[in-house]
This record gives sequence, structure tokens and C-alpha cells, in this order.
Amino acid sequence: MIVELGHFALILAFAVALVQSVVPLVGAHRGWGDWMAAARPMASAQFALIAVSFAALTWAFVTSDFSVALVVDNSHTAKPMIYKISGVWGNHEGSLLLWVLILTLFGACAAWFGGNLPATLQARVLAVQSSIAAAFMAFTIFTSNPFWRTSFPPFDGRDLNPLLQDPGLALHPPFLYLGYVGLSLAFSFAVAALIEGRVDAAWGRWVRPWTLAAWVFLTIGIALGSWWAYYELGWGGFWFWDPVENASLMPWLFATALLHSAIVVEKRESLKAWTILLAILGFGFSLLGTFIVRSGLLTSVHAFATDPERGIWILMIFAFFMGGALMLFAWRGAAMEAKGVFATVSRESALVLNNVLLAVSSFVVFIGTMWPLVAEMFFDRVLTVGPPFFNMAFTPFFVALAVVLPVGAMLPWKRGNLGTPIRRLWGVGVLAIALGALTWTIQTGGSILAPIGVVLGIWVVIGAAADLWLRGGRGSPADRLRRMARLPRADWGKATAHAGLGVTMFAIAAMVGWETEDIRVAHIGQSFEHEGYTLTLTDVQRVQGPNFISTMAFVDVERDGRFIAELRPEKRMYPAAGMPTTEAAIDYGFFRDVYLALGDPQEGGGWALRTYIKPFANWLWAGCILMALGGLISLSDRRFRVAAGERRAPPQAHPAE
Amino acid sequence: MRALFLAIVLGLALPAAPAFAVQPDEILDDPDLERRARSISADLRCVVCRNESIDDSNAELARDMRLMVRERLVAGDTDAQVVNFLVERYGEYILLRPRSDGVNLILWVSAPVMLIAALGIAGVALRRRTATEKPLSPEEEARLRQILRD
Repeated sequence: MIVELGHFALILAFAVALVQSVVPLVGAHRGWGDWMAAARPMASAQFALIAVSFAALTWAFVTSDFSVALVVDNSHTAKPMIYKISGVWGNHEGSLLLWVLILTLFGACAAWFGGNLPATLQARVLAVQSSIAAAFMAFTIFTSNPFWRTSFPPFDGRDLNPLLQDPGLALHPPFLYLGYVGLSLAFSFAVAALIEGRVDAAWGRWVRPWTLAAWVFLTIGIALGSWWAYYELGWGGFWFWDPVENASLMPWLFATALLHSAIVVEKRESLKAWTILLAILGFGFSLLGTFIVRSGLLTSVHAFATDPERGIWILMIFAFFMGGALMLFAWRGAAMEAKGVFATVSRESALVLNNVLLAVSSFVVFIGTMWPLVAEMFFDRVLTVGPPFFNMAFTPFFVALAVVLPVGAMLPWKRGNLGTPIRRLWGVGVLAIALGALTWTIQTGGSILAPIGVVLGIWVVIGAAADLWLRGGRGSPADRLRRMARLPRADWGKATAHAGLGVTMFAIAAMVGWETEDIRVAHIGQSFEHEGYTLTLTDVQRVQGPNFISTMAFVDVERDGRFIAELRPEKRMYPAAGMPTTEAAIDYGFFRDVYLALGDPQEGGGWALRTYIKPFANWLWAGCILMALGGLISLSDRRFRVAAGERRAPPQAHPAE
Repeated sequence: MRALFLAIVLGLALPAAPAFAVQPDEILDDPDLERRARSISADLRCVVCRNESIDDSNAELARDMRLMVRERLVAGDTDAQVVNFLVERYGEYILLRPRSDGVNLILWVSAPVMLIAALGIAGVALRRRTATEKPLSPEEEARLRQILRD
């Protein structure tokens, strides 16, 4: 009964979405206030209905209702509760419902917090957002309905894929989707502005917080996925340039570019058409990513045929929204005239350079991801584009970004000269290069990668700190600190996020350049040395878990006779799903991770054991957290809160910013 | 492989399945040869896996390919000869670093070409924008002086 209620709520929401995507548009066109105003309650209703629907599906999972086909395929009574819940979105149908839930949540937020928007703009934004929701609801209902019952309910379920039974992965999809789908609101704003034919500073100010929020979620989502890969896959890799990863990286790059160009719209009323285009492309690439991964197109061209219906649906959704938006852009985009003029050397130009690098790097990823398909379809060459290509083609863009970042961040708006920031930053540059050179001499051979990472990391991090310090003005350090504390939060957010990028770049270079590995047959009771650590395999046992059987090794890690940790790498077998997994054991440290993975028992006795020392591994995710944190700090800036509160203030009380 | 399929279906940003790749018994005694073997196998794709190098993959076939790489190295082949030997057997598909011949040139030059094009477009747009900033006419300047005096 509850499941049917959820099903019904979903269908009802679809009906509401259809009405909402037409009525406010007509209202805005004709100037009928009541038709426009109808959008707001409908957006709330849509969200409420989908929430009911999602709750019903969750209830089916929590109570292990095996009369629902989806629960049978993805759950098991013995599974821990948290994975019963995360099982809701651990499959195609359920994750689509989550996607729709977030889509309607963003729509509802635009209705709730968008009271200060001009009525026509808000009506159009809500209508466009709702048409996206309608498309995805139709997709869910007609091709991927999560509420189908089975005629003969089995006694127990087939269990969730064991790889997904992991805390990191329980949270990964919601964050990723909040990011992907959050970009839909920027898209809706862009299309609404094109219909409206007007983009001004206020538009930039409304779009930026939403984009920023989506970007923060996307950053966290990608970081969670990469962290999961690090500890779960058994050899400590963190990024594989896999099509599914690329599908999340491309929207992230566009969102980052959009974030920066929207600042120019907001502060200087320039780059309007470009920002609109970025907003369209950002969501376009997140749709394209969805299409790529859900259709299975890229695993092999032939996998497409296994489920053509779903692939074609998403392709149609993609073609409709992208084609429509780009046509609208071609028609109206030129009307977005820039007001603020700026010189060739200025903050605006620096942000244009940032946008060029980010957008082109995203297209490089796109071409690399799609090339095997193109080559096979048109040139009859079956080939692979793998990590070596991406590393070579993509990395230079981020090196260039890091090089120009501190200088660009210090340039004044409108007109500047390069001399000032360079004079202020030359000390930082010298320090970075000196420390890089020092690292190069100390590490005795090895790759040049790590020293370059040191140089760039220090340059970006200290550059961000120097920017804040210099903005503190002159006077005693105490005065400066006091003035720095009073700087807008947006400035602190900017510095934090930029520093996060520096930390991440350093960590990637350090980890790739300095990682060491040891592969051997370890015998119980015997010790071996690796990089100054003494490791002793003390025992290997079979351990029964809640829904798995584990082969667990016990390894003592010592350094200079001092006990550091007992690590327990495992191999697990999940009988219900019939799948093995490895669970690496990691001793997390500030400067290094000791990483152990257990292999198979060997014929002559003993166990295969891999030991890695991963320098600065945690810094990689710490950098991502800093980036996300920077976004959050910036999001809490007074400017956005003031804008949000404007609706209650009298109209003449606009803050003079 | 089911894991991969699921990751695809779910649209998660997740790569391949858990692995325990290079086995202790495969490792060559000569550390130089072994280093070369590792770097060659990092650039070769395991044919039955999804986007995994044979160095990372735990598939049987990947193991066969790793052993083949080491066999050829011990026999005295150069790195290029080893790679060609494997490409002859498994096809161009196994190269994670695609060749830069024929149409693949498009792939390899795409990054620099797009960058130059984008910088060019941005440069032209910026120049045109700056050019629209005309200096003040004498009347405007007179008016400005008057405003400033007030």
C-alpha cells in the first residue's frame, strides 16, 4: 500500500511538473500575475510529492519488502541498516528517483528563497526547471520505474553490490547528484534570462550562490569517490581517467569556470553572453555524463544495444534541452551587451584566461573520452585512450592555471599592470622555486614531478595567503590582522579554495612521485623491512561478518623498534552477491599512509602481500575539503545574505555595494 | 566485472573493480628489467577489463600478458619490440597511450589547437572590447570639468 502511494505520488508530481512548465511561461509572456505566481506553490508541491515517493521507496528497502522487484535485486535481510538505506540509490531506478528528488528540491529552493527575483524571471526559472523535472520523471515512470511489484515475492533478496556497501559510497551518489543537478538551476537561470532578454549584475548575484552550492557538492562528491577508490580498490590509485570519472570531472571544470565568470557579470556586468553559455554547457555536460554512463555507450559500442531504450531517452532529453538552449542562445545571446569595459591587463582578463584554460581542459577530457567511439564508428580503428594520454594532455592546463592564479587573483578590476602583483609576489616565487630545487636535490633522482608539485603548491598556497596579508593594508601586524578579519568572507573563501587547489596539486605530485611499493610472499611469523618500517605478518584468520566471510591478515607495523599499528587487510566474500572484494588496511598519517593489501595464499605457503608507503596521501583530500570549505565560506558572504533578505526590506534600501 | 557494470549503470564516478595485480612469483630477479616491465605494463590495457592496465588488473589474461612482457624482456627485446609483440597479438586496442598516426593525430593535436584557438578568440574579443572604450570628446571633457567643479 505504501509503495503504491509512492508510485501514485510520483505520477502526480509528473502531472504537476507538466503544468508548471507551461502555465508560468504563458503568465510571464502575457504579464498575468496570478499565472506566474502559480509556479511557487506548484514547485513546493512537486518537491513534497517526490519526497513522499522517495520516502515510500526507502520504507520498502528498510522493511525489506521483497514484493518490490527493485528491493529483491538490491537488498538482503542480513545487510546492515545503513546499507539498506543507501541501497535505495544504489541502483539505476532508485538513483534516478534521487536525481528527481534533488531536481525538485532545487526548484523548490528557487521558489522559497527567490522572493527577491523579478516576478517574470522567477516564473520563467521555475518553468524551465520544472520542464527538466518533467522530462526526468517521465524517464523514471516509463522506462525505469522503481515501484514495480513482482508476482512471486522471494524469501530473501539478492543483496546490494558489495563494493557499494561502504560508508564512503553510501554518501558519494547524493553529493555527486546534488552537484550535477544543482547545475540545472544555473541552466534554468540562463535559459530564463535568454527568454527575458536581459542579464544584469543582479542576475549574476542570484546565479552565483546556486552555482557555488552545486560546485561545493560536486567537489565533495568527486573527492569521496576518489577516496573510496583509494582505500577500496587495493592498490591505492585515486584517479583512473575512467569514462565515469571523466563524466563527473567535465561538469566540475565547467562549474568552476562558471563560478569565476559569474563574478565578472556580478561585479562588472561583462562576459554576460559567455557566462550564459557556460551555464548551459555546464548542465549540458552533466546530462551528457549521465547519458554516457547510464547508456553504457562507452564501455563498448555494443553495450548500447543491451538497453537502447534508456540510452535513447536520455539522448532525447539531452538533445531537447541542449538544442533548445543553444538555439535560444544563438538567437538572443548577442543581445547581452556588456556594460563594463576593461583593459587587457585586469582582473577581468585574468578570469577570462582562467575560463579559457578550464573550458579547453574540459573539452580535452571530452575528446579523449569520446575518441575511441569516434575512431571505431568512423575510422574503423578499435583503440583505447587511457591515463597516459590524459595525464599528458590535461596536466599542462592545471600547471598553467596554477602559475597564473596568484598573479591574476591580485590584479585590480578594470585596469591594472602586471608589475604590481609581480613585485609583490616575486618573494613567494623565489621561495617556491628554491624549495622545489631543494626537494630536487634531496630526493636523489626520481621524477621531476614531485619537485614541480612542491613549487606549484607553495606558489599557490603562499600566494593566496599573501593576497589576504596584503589586503590587510599597511601598519603593524596587529592592525593588519584586524583588518584582514574584517575582509568580506568572499575574500576568505577565495583564498581558502585557492589554497586547497594548491594543496591538492602538491599532494598528487608527491604521491605519484614518491610512492614506494613492495610486493612479496609473507610467511606467518616472519618480518620484512620496507622504507624503514618493519612489518610482521602475525596471523591470518577467517572472520564471519554480518553478510560476508572475511579472510583477515594481522600485520604489526613498527618503526625503529617502536610499535605503530596493527593493520588488518582483508579479502571478503559476499555469498549472496557471489562477489569478492579487497579491503586494504591503512595507517593514516600526516606525512604518509602505510597501505597494506592482502593477496592470495601461495602454493609454497605464505600469503601475497603488497605494502605501499603513500606520502602526503591525506593532503589530497584535505585539499579538496579546503576547496569545498572555501566555497562554503564564500557562500556565507554578507552579499548573498543581504540579497536573500532584500525582499523584506523596503525597495529603496538597496545596499550600496 | 559486475561491479563495473553497476558503476556504469549508476553513473557513479567510480573506476574498476578490486584487484591484486602483480603477483610475487612474476617479479623478475633483475630489478632493472622488472622496472622496465612495470612501466611497459602500466601503458598496456587488459583486454577483458574496463579501462585497467595489465599492471593493475587481477584478471587471468592480464597475468598472461604480464608474463609475456617479462618473457620478451628476458629474451632481450627492447621496450618498443615488446610493445609491438603484444600489439601484433591483441591489436591496437591494448595501447593506453594511443598512437599518434593517421586520424589519431586529431586527438593528439586537439589540446594545443583548441587552446590556441580559444586564446585567439578571447584575445580578439578582448581587443575589440577595449577598442570600444573611446577617449572623451572635448565637449564631454568640458562637461566633466564642470561636474567636478560643482
